[in-house]
Amino acid sequence: MSQSRPRGILAALVLAIGVAACGAKPGPAPVAPRPVAEEKVVNVLNWSDYIAPETVAQFEAETGIKVNYDVFDSNEVLETKLLTGRTGYDVVVPTDYFLERQSKVGVLLPLDKSKLPNFKNLDPAVMQALAGVDPGNRYGVPYAGIITGIGYNVEKVRKALGDVPVDSWSIVFDPKYASKLKDCGLTMLDGEAEVFTSAKIALGRDSSSEDHEVLDEAEAMLAKVRPYVRYFHSSQYINDLANGETCVAISWSGDVLQSRDRAREAGKAVQIAFAVPKEGALQGWDMLAIPTDAPHPDNAHKFINFLMRPDIAASFTTFRKFPSGNLAAEKLVPEELRADPLIYPPADVIARLTPHRAESLVYARYANRAWTRVRTGR
Amino acid sequence: MKPAAASRLGRWGVIALPYLWLTIFFLVPFLIVLKISFSNVQLSMPPVEPVLTWGQDHVMQLRLHFSNFAFVFGDRLYIEAFLDSLLIAAVSTVIALLIGYPMAYGIARAPGAWRNVLFLLVVLPFFTSFLLRVYAWMGLLGRAGPVNGLLLKLGLIHEPLQLLQTEFAVYLGMVYSYLPFMVLPLYSAIEKLDLTLLEAAADLGCRPTKAFFTVTLPLTREGIFAGCLLVFIPAVGEYVIPALLGGPDTLMIGRVVWDEFFGNRDWPVASALAIVLLVLLSGFVLLLQYVQSREREA
Repeated sequence: MSQSRPRGILAALVLAIGVAACGAKPGPAPVAPRPVAEEKVVNVLNWSDYIAPETVAQFEAETGIKVNYDVFDSNEVLETKLLTGRTGYDVVVPTDYFLERQSKVGVLLPLDKSKLPNFKNLDPAVMQALAGVDPGNRYGVPYAGIITGIGYNVEKVRKALGDVPVDSWSIVFDPKYASKLKDCGLTMLDGEAEVFTSAKIALGRDSSSEDHEVLDEAEAMLAKVRPYVRYFHSSQYINDLANGETCVAISWSGDVLQSRDRAREAGKAVQIAFAVPKEGALQGWDMLAIPTDAPHPDNAHKFINFLMRPDIAASFTTFRKFPSGNLAAEKLVPEELRADPLIYPPADVIARLTPHRAESLVYARYANRAWTRVRTGR
Repeated sequence: MKPAAASRLGRWGVIALPYLWLTIFFLVPFLIVLKISFSNVQLSMPPVEPVLTWGQDHVMQLRLHFSNFAFVFGDRLYIEAFLDSLLIAAVSTVIALLIGYPMAYGIARAPGAWRNVLFLLVVLPFFTSFLLRVYAWMGLLGRAGPVNGLLLKLGLIHEPLQLLQTEFAVYLGMVYSYLPFMVLPLYSAIEKLDLTLLEAAADLGCRPTKAFFTVTLPLTREGIFAGCLLVFIPAVGEYVIPALLGGPDTLMIGRVVWDEFFGNRDWPVASALAIVLLVLLSGFVLLLQYVQSREREA
């Protein structure tokens, strides 16, 4: 779920124009008679910086299908596009708790498993977990697994907090600690679902609760540490942690690992670590899916199948440090990554991970309002 | 065709063209937004309930939800966002006027050859995309950017300043981006000014400062009005500048509309906000026009 603001805004502007243009005639797009053979094109919309550099070229060379590759930076924007319809995209990558809602509305095409022979490579345990949001695994296959936890600069945190271990959400949600992190830089993801869910877990509440009182409690807790937060952004911290601008971030696992690598590459003596708090943490899966009105569904299946090939899935994990949920790929991942507990967590960590469920519209409205209050500090 | 008929047709064509333009690109989108603002959220494609439905027995049902407007006016957050937007836009407009007026004056009074060059320099930024120019400021103001670098080198500061993600950066971006819209109408107003009036004032013993305030300023009032409107109106609804340069606590209505539309997928509330903003600004423009026409009569 790597993000970059620039593209988001560009996409938003383009989308705004698109929405204005399409608004006159809402409703599902008429189903065009499908040509016998699809033109050799597939339109992919993926998270920014979220594929190994050689993958697209390799797919084009092997299949002769041209890939038009676009990027997005937020689940909400993707969902708005899908709900508006006629995106023109063949492959999209919503996170599982968004896919759940989208599949119910009918904006996603049920996958044709006969066209996905590489489906057998997927980890049955992951697929079983995902069946909770996508019964029967009908609409999506996993592309990347993400844990929302605490990324931090070991040295700076020791300086600020002394010997307090970073193993609990209280580091970021308790004013006692957060106030001491203000100067070295505390940041949070700009995501209502991620931060509120983490806050609910920290409070020991049911993370999927849509109870307004539980949310109010989470909001009150966040409001207390709000003065110590430098910014809310979902990708800026990758650089800032690496070069020492900030010291603690509520962040995504693979992004923090990337930050760690960047610091190493730059030859800096910065030690970056990622903690899965003992209270528990949110786990999400970014899923490969096909919009209902995709112009090239056959090619979309070919592309998804290609991404599930063990060597390709392994190259993604090697490049981006996110697990792929692909059991056959695991053996092809370099030794040191396979041993990394943040990519392949041990059983006791897995036990602490909680999936998130799609939010109802009524709750989403309430939660987004609360999120705006937290973010703006009002 | 008789010449008279042809000319009438031509005249109609000339009048119809801008109206056609406004109908297609303003009125129709506005009506769509208005329609959505009376709708209700539902999980579907598109994510709103239809306002007009054909029921059984050919009954047309029109269902209008006024709750979105009640919601907008009932929440402190929206009112604060409106007020903050108006404040930021107003301050930016005043700063742009204070910088733009001397600029326009200087250009209008510059010798002929220079005037064209200076004029071109004002327009020059438009050759680059607006978004890129705002981006450039992000690079300039960053903690490792040239502005901080220069200040550090000069020994004025010892730690890089947090310039980005502040109110200061928002004002800077606003004034920078909209300054040309202020300078251009001012320039045309100042250029038209009859210089003999100033000579007459001087001949009658009026000092230059007084002449400026009693002659030049009132006579270029139309340029000031036009410039202020051209800056203020887009500044109120500005989204890109506060999003890129502002901090998390910068609350502007453009960002709030974006959040409602994309973050919340609450198109009806986003549309209701847009309608309120439009009514507010139209009221403002009408008020200004009224003031202006009164002054003209006086």
